[in-house]
Amino acid sequence: MKILVPIKRVFDPYAKVTVAADGLSLEALGAKFEINPFDEIAMEAAVQIREATGSVEIIAVSIGGSEGEEQLRKALAMGADSAILVETNDPLDSRVVAAELEALVRELSPDIVLMGKLATDGEGNQTGPRLAARLGWPQATLLSSLSIVGGVAKVRRETDLGEEAVELNLPAVLTTDLRLNEPRYIALPGIIKARSKPLERRARATSIQPHSVTVGYASAPTRPAGQRVNSVSELVAGLNARGAI
Amino acid sequence: MPKILLITFGPSEAAVASGFVAKLGGDVTVLALAATGPSAYNVLDAGFSEIPPSDTISTGVADIARDYDYVAAVSSLAAKDLLARLAGHLDWPLVNDVTAISGTKEFQHPVAAGAAVETVRVAGDGVILTFRPAAFPGSPAGGVGTTEAISLAVSSGSRRTEAAAKSGTRPDLAQAKVIVSGGRPLQTADKFEQIIGGLADALGGAVGATRAAVDSGIASNELQVGQTGKIVAPDLYIAAGISGSTQHLAGIKDSKVIVAINKDPGAPIFEVADFGLVADLFEAVPELTAQIRQRAVAQ
Repeated sequence: MKILVPIKRVFDPYAKVTVAADGLSLEALGAKFEINPFDEIAMEAAVQIREATGSVEIIAVSIGGSEGEEQLRKALAMGADSAILVETNDPLDSRVVAAELEALVRELSPDIVLMGKLATDGEGNQTGPRLAARLGWPQATLLSSLSIVGGVAKVRRETDLGEEAVELNLPAVLTTDLRLNEPRYIALPGIIKARSKPLERRARATSIQPHSVTVGYASAPTRPAGQRVNSVSELVAGLNARGAI
Repeated sequence: MPKILLITFGPSEAAVASGFVAKLGGDVTVLALAATGPSAYNVLDAGFSEIPPSDTISTGVADIARDYDYVAAVSSLAAKDLLARLAGHLDWPLVNDVTAISGTKEFQHPVAAGAAVETVRVAGDGVILTFRPAAFPGSPAGGVGTTEAISLAVSSGSRRTEAAAKSGTRPDLAQAKVIVSGGRPLQTADKFEQIIGGLADALGGAVGATRAAVDSGIASNELQVGQTGKIVAPDLYIAAGISGSTQHLAGIKDSKVIVAINKDPGAPIFEVADFGLVADLFEAVPELTAQIRQRAVAQ
């Protein structure tokens, strides 16, 4: 079995993000870049499938600037067998990324594309299902558990009303939610081993253009400071005065 | 006039969407996936008692949607799952969680866990949007439209083997006017239900929880409020024993009035709360419940 794990390079999701002075980009002063945490969960899930079922080839792929090698090396250290960096400085949106991933899937024929439900920077929330539609593959998003039994993915996924159980024939696109697993700590031998694993740099396969562009960013509106109350009675009086109860 | 297809996943969504579609401007047709009642808009009623998995209905929905200029839905996990796949079929742009319309085909939505708002300009034959209704207040549209039963094609794809079951009779977080949420300091599922559930019931509200409370097993998954759970915008949000992580605050900041009850006077939740009470929740919340109940009796 072959699993393709797309990896996005994002700001450390726990860093304080601010809007750059020109309003055209986000910055996180002093913050490191990391694998998008949902992609890291996908990487861990792929490794767990290999541990449970035996022979599984895991290919990590990232699309973007040359600095993405850092995150792909981490994916290799987590257990990917090889990595592909589709190296480009073109503007990217979900349409472009889905098209590039589609081209890779058609070339590499994985059984599963396992990826994050969203990236914590842009929060586009759409690349997985877009890819699945382009491929005509079944999809299951927001996974909280996953097992592969006889060529069928048995998953539980988060819905608005709680969890549901779903089965999918492979090949399929699966996206991860937070509860799927906790990515493992990478020990030093893994990091050293990752240095000698194959990482291929290649150019884009398509010339598809983005159909959404960022006009600018603004800081999120802040709520005005509220008031401290000293007792429950004072709280009830305050809520009453605001018409909240 | 642009044509808008509003896809609904539950009976109340067409009504709460009125402010958004009025702002977007256009001729509205509702594609009701779940059985629904009469609406101010013309309705194509697919009438599923249980909406099938997205990958089995997305081509059928795409066949309807491609005649429209906009496809929109109230933001929810179900809507994002289906509309993202629809975006793939139609090769149209999709903006999720829209909070403002800032120009022709320019939309704002929160990014980076609510730290910033991005303005996106999209181009394409059509545009797909999910939106947060709290950002688009408006009174329900008047009149009654026509309802046409349609048979939406269902193709093979993923198979649901166990449906999510909504437990209890409290209102859904997404629709609730009042939400009472608790964090890990509630310690056990029983105390959580007794103290948080007790106040919620006194107020006729819904129960919410932090990720930490859910992860520690004292509250169930579907109650999780925050960037990785449900984004809520009730008239009144009461947070008890919640410190206020960035993730949690991102999910509640559109609430009209926020109340924080916490022992720690330095908890970040107090920075966003309209009313902050530094107190032990095990004493303050039951007292608040009692006072609310007394008021109800007095009225």
